[in-house]
Amino acid sequence: MSAPINIASLFRKTKDIFSFHGGVHPPENKAQSTCLPIGSLELPEKLVLPLRQHIGTIPKVKVAVGDHVLKGQLIAEAEGSVSAAIHAPTSGAIKSIDNAIIPHPSGLPDQCVTIIPDGKDTWIERSRQDWRNGDVNTLIASLRLSGIVGLGGATFPTQVKLRKNGKSEIQTLVINAAECEPYITCDDMLMRERNEQIVLGIQVAQRLLGAANVIVGIEDNKPEAIEAMRLATANTDIQIKVVPTLYPSGDGRRLIQLVLGKEVPHDKRATQVGIQVFNVATVVALYRYFEFGEPSLSRIVSMTGNVAQPQNFEVLFGTPLMHLVNAAGGAKPDTTHYIMGGPMMGFNLPSTDVPITKAANCIIAASPTLFAPQPPAMPCIRCARCAGACPVSLQPQELYWFAKADNFEKAQDYNLFDCIECGACSYVCPSNIPLVQYYRYAKSEIIALDKAKEAANLARERNEFRLARIEREKEERAAKHAARAQGAKTAKGEENKTAPTTDKQAAIAAAIERAKAQKAAGNNPPKNTTDISDRTKAEIEAIEKRRAKAGITDDMPRTIDADKQAKIDAAIARAKAQKAAASKDDTTTTASTTKQPVADAEKQAKIDAAIKRAKTLKAATAKPPTSDVNNKPVADAEKQAKIDAAIARAKAQKEAALKAKDKQVKED
Amino acid sequence: MDRSPYIANAPSVSNIMLKVLIALVPGIIVYAWQFGGGVIITITLATITALVTEALMLKLRRRPIKPFLTDYSAIITAWLLALAIPPLAPWWLIVVGTAFAIIIAKQLYGGLGYNPFNPAMVGYAVLLISFPALMTKWPAALSLAEAKLSFSAQLDYIFNQTLPASITLDAITSATPLDYLKTQLKLQQSMSTIQSAPIFGALGAKGSEYVSLAYLLGGLYLWQQRIITWHLPIAFLSTIAVISGIFWVIEPSQFANPVFHLFSGATLLAAFFIITDPVSGPTTPKGKVYFAAGVGIITYLIRAYGGYPDGIAFAVIFMNICAPLIDAYTQPRVFGHQE
Amino acid sequence: MLTALYIMLGLALLLGAALGYAALKFKVEGDPLIERIDAILPQTQCGQCGYPGCKPYATAIANGEADINQCPPGGDEGVRALADLLGVEYKPLNEEHGQTKPKAVAFIEEDLCIGCTLCIQACPVDAILGAAKHMHTVVASECTGCELCVAPCPVDCITMEPIEETPDNWKWKYPTIPIKPVINLK
Repeated sequence: MSAPINIASLFRKTKDIFSFHGGVHPPENKAQSTCLPIGSLELPEKLVLPLRQHIGTIPKVKVAVGDHVLKGQLIAEAEGSVSAAIHAPTSGAIKSIDNAIIPHPSGLPDQCVTIIPDGKDTWIERSRQDWRNGDVNTLIASLRLSGIVGLGGATFPTQVKLRKNGKSEIQTLVINAAECEPYITCDDMLMRERNEQIVLGIQVAQRLLGAANVIVGIEDNKPEAIEAMRLATANTDIQIKVVPTLYPSGDGRRLIQLVLGKEVPHDKRATQVGIQVFNVATVVALYRYFEFGEPSLSRIVSMTGNVAQPQNFEVLFGTPLMHLVNAAGGAKPDTTHYIMGGPMMGFNLPSTDVPITKAANCIIAASPTLFAPQPPAMPCIRCARCAGACPVSLQPQELYWFAKADNFEKAQDYNLFDCIECGACSYVCPSNIPLVQYYRYAKSEIIALDKAKEAANLARERNEFRLARIEREKEERAAKHAARAQGAKTAKGEENKTAPTTDKQAAIAAAIERAKAQKAAGNNPPKNTTDISDRTKAEIEAIEKRRAKAGITDDMPRTIDADKQAKIDAAIARAKAQKAAASKDDTTTTASTTKQPVADAEKQAKIDAAIKRAKTLKAATAKPPTSDVNNKPVADAEKQAKIDAAIARAKAQKEAALKAKDKQVKED
Repeated sequence: MDRSPYIANAPSVSNIMLKVLIALVPGIIVYAWQFGGGVIITITLATITALVTEALMLKLRRRPIKPFLTDYSAIITAWLLALAIPPLAPWWLIVVGTAFAIIIAKQLYGGLGYNPFNPAMVGYAVLLISFPALMTKWPAALSLAEAKLSFSAQLDYIFNQTLPASITLDAITSATPLDYLKTQLKLQQSMSTIQSAPIFGALGAKGSEYVSLAYLLGGLYLWQQRIITWHLPIAFLSTIAVISGIFWVIEPSQFANPVFHLFSGATLLAAFFIITDPVSGPTTPKGKVYFAAGVGIITYLIRAYGGYPDGIAFAVIFMNICAPLIDAYTQPRVFGHQE
Repeated sequence: MLTALYIMLGLALLLGAALGYAALKFKVEGDPLIERIDAILPQTQCGQCGYPGCKPYATAIANGEADINQCPPGGDEGVRALADLLGVEYKPLNEEHGQTKPKAVAFIEEDLCIGCTLCIQACPVDAILGAAKHMHTVVASECTGCELCVAPCPVDCITMEPIEETPDNWKWKYPTIPIKPVINLK
């Protein structure tokens, strides 16, 4: 190896490359798409940008239909802690913001922004950032506007991976250039043609992470790329490690095992043991963002399979699939459908109308000759070839039984969620059992059941709370009634007119006091921890622990459904508006409603309209008001309590959402 | 293919089973050469019975017939059973045994992939218990036999139990060495006297030691083709060797030497073809070792102390019961988990 | 003969003692039955079972007053889980109590809402926000789909909207039915 001596090499064990259990070696089929250099495409007639192009929250749209946007202009901004922005890949007009089919195995439509290019490709103003000397935290924070996600296919927002949480220091940066899936060659071509940019990108990532060592892992079936990378890293401390071609060496944990001999514990992320993995294309995107101010607008896509001339192309996000297919000479007549990703882990594209997204590393035109239909599945004969091929050392034959029988508990006992769905087990199964399908099915069922269970628990608690409240109110009423009766007895005659009023006034005053106190304590949101069951307490504690582990603090922006946030905002705003209206009507003024954050103008307008409507309705309706006017402040206080409770609940939900996300999020 | 992985590279079930059959062929040839062609007749009968009963059961169970007949698993059961019983036994013996193996031990449990016990061994055990006399009438090796039966005479004997006038039954049958050993030890004969009997060969029994070597050859082919892993045969054979070695070293006059045990009875057939049945065995590498060691220990104990000359069938059936338990306790360490 | 009897007797006593000891020593502190039944019920609080909520129904089942097949939202799987827990025979859902429907959430047509608070009072899980004479809204994520708010609404502004399948809540299907690629080439 030509790498110069560095600190890492002093500690290096005698073994340079390690190995993992199992793995398979499918035919590579990479040569077809590496004959030609990376090509570029003409501007397509339209660009369809799905908002869901990454793992995490859907970003918030910042443009409106009819707007003219410039190349690189922000179209949707990251929302919540795990999210990524989306930018206009070229200049043009926003044609629509609505549902369209996205490249997703579900084949379901989702929110997309459609841009009609104006053909000028006018850039927005770009600025360089000094990534060599600039403040690391500022640089990382600015990445929130970059839209960069892991380009290896996992599409985890890169900013989140770089964000410091004071928890773990990254010692080693592993650059994933293994590209183990057959057919895919986008990273190979990137390394051959843009090795200098990769090295600069690695230096960017290294600076941001503060990693001492950098190791680039490349499979030995890419000699040209290895040569190019060796050339470019000659005078750096970046190590190139050539790993044997064995699928799935490109899986993050497998690659770490290969190049470092370290097994990342199943319940930890690589970052927790001081290792960060970046795809080779991701670091180039990082470099281009800081050096040229270019957000993530395009990627290299391998267009291969049953097309006239397979080739890699630099493709703008949102480019229609057929535009890319035609650039590769068009599909051959016997093409049946298109696969996104490789033949081991990819999925059928639901339509030819889908756009290229950040996750699209490869498009394969499929034909019956390329991918022969499999004979029907036979019963499992327990030959355990799958267990021999499993890179995680699972027992796929056992998991298959459990998944098939919906025995989810047992499936989890056998570590179903450690399965990386690489497909090696299905690949070697003599009985042609679609094993991975069973695991995907079981996993999504388990996740859905867990969610349903959580929802049921929440509903139970809320119901119990409500019943308790009704009970309490009944008691209070009874007590009041008794007091009034008592007062009537003692006061007699004329005094019994005033007594209840003062009573009521006192109650109102007390309620206002309570509301004020609550509001004053507003920074410290009520956690409803006083009268909850031990189990719930334990759950909350567990959640807190998890949050602490994940490095989430209360002042961090929480991941929350845009939808949900909007609803909560609306509810708060409405409640506020109602209160304002109520206090206007009332003789007793509460004068404490201005402290809350101002809802955005649009919502305010809506609320105003609603109030107006409500007022007209009130005027028009012959119905007598259902509640006593005098009781209003009390009702208000109660409502405030309800709102507070709702906020607390929303928080709890946010945490639940975070938890669910935690489960799904995997390293790039 | 509509779901990933879109590609596959695995031998089909039929392919695997066919290779097992191919691996048995050398053994059968040597068998016929050493003991006469009767075994071919038995195998043919067993094969026909297996296919007919399998097809019948599949039809009754409303399962597709063609894919399950062409997976060859029924034929393997048939051949293994045919090789395990005396080749000159009356025709109905192998028919009953095979039918029992396929109908009761395999199809009633759900067919291929669902049988908890090795069907051939269940068939063998049933025959051994029900017809003990017939199951011990083994033909003498041709090199030792006082008379030889022509192929048509063997056919005649199997179907009609009639021998040519000049030949007595004793002239064509003899005790197997395992049998002989057992009876002679009971008669207080010394080991050296016993082993000097003509039926003993250089390794095991005269004649059948060559058959065992042919099984070994077939087994190596299966290993080379990656149909079986080393775990089961090696663990089984070494257990037999070690345990018989210990007894032999302690008391050579009472116990036969390890080489004799390895090359006698069905040891090598079991090592490569019987205990390697994936369906009824364990799946984890460690589990395979425990399973095979268990079969080895029980086999030896039955041979040395039990009521039957050979104990492989019972040992296999007993360990089949334990297979799920063994699997449960020998789960390999999953990547990223502590041991 | 007598020895054998003594041995048997002694064995019986010994084993009995061992079992008794084990029963005390390894006693499993289980949830009360009602809690365990309640954990299976979907917590819709819809009252379709004839009881005012899931907990009362659970109590009724535990007391043997109610049958296990009266919960439509729990569906067939719920009945099976209950049968499993209680060790009784599974029986199909009692149609008298309604049929299992796809999960839905209440939606208030806000233009029509007159703010009467009747739905708020009806909601068993406080999932409807709003004040008297002002429009109300349903917190969709908290709504259990019990439909209890639909009937009290004097202006019929509440509808039940089935939860749509999105890429977010989409699930992989059980791999028996081969899915044909939906594609229109050219």
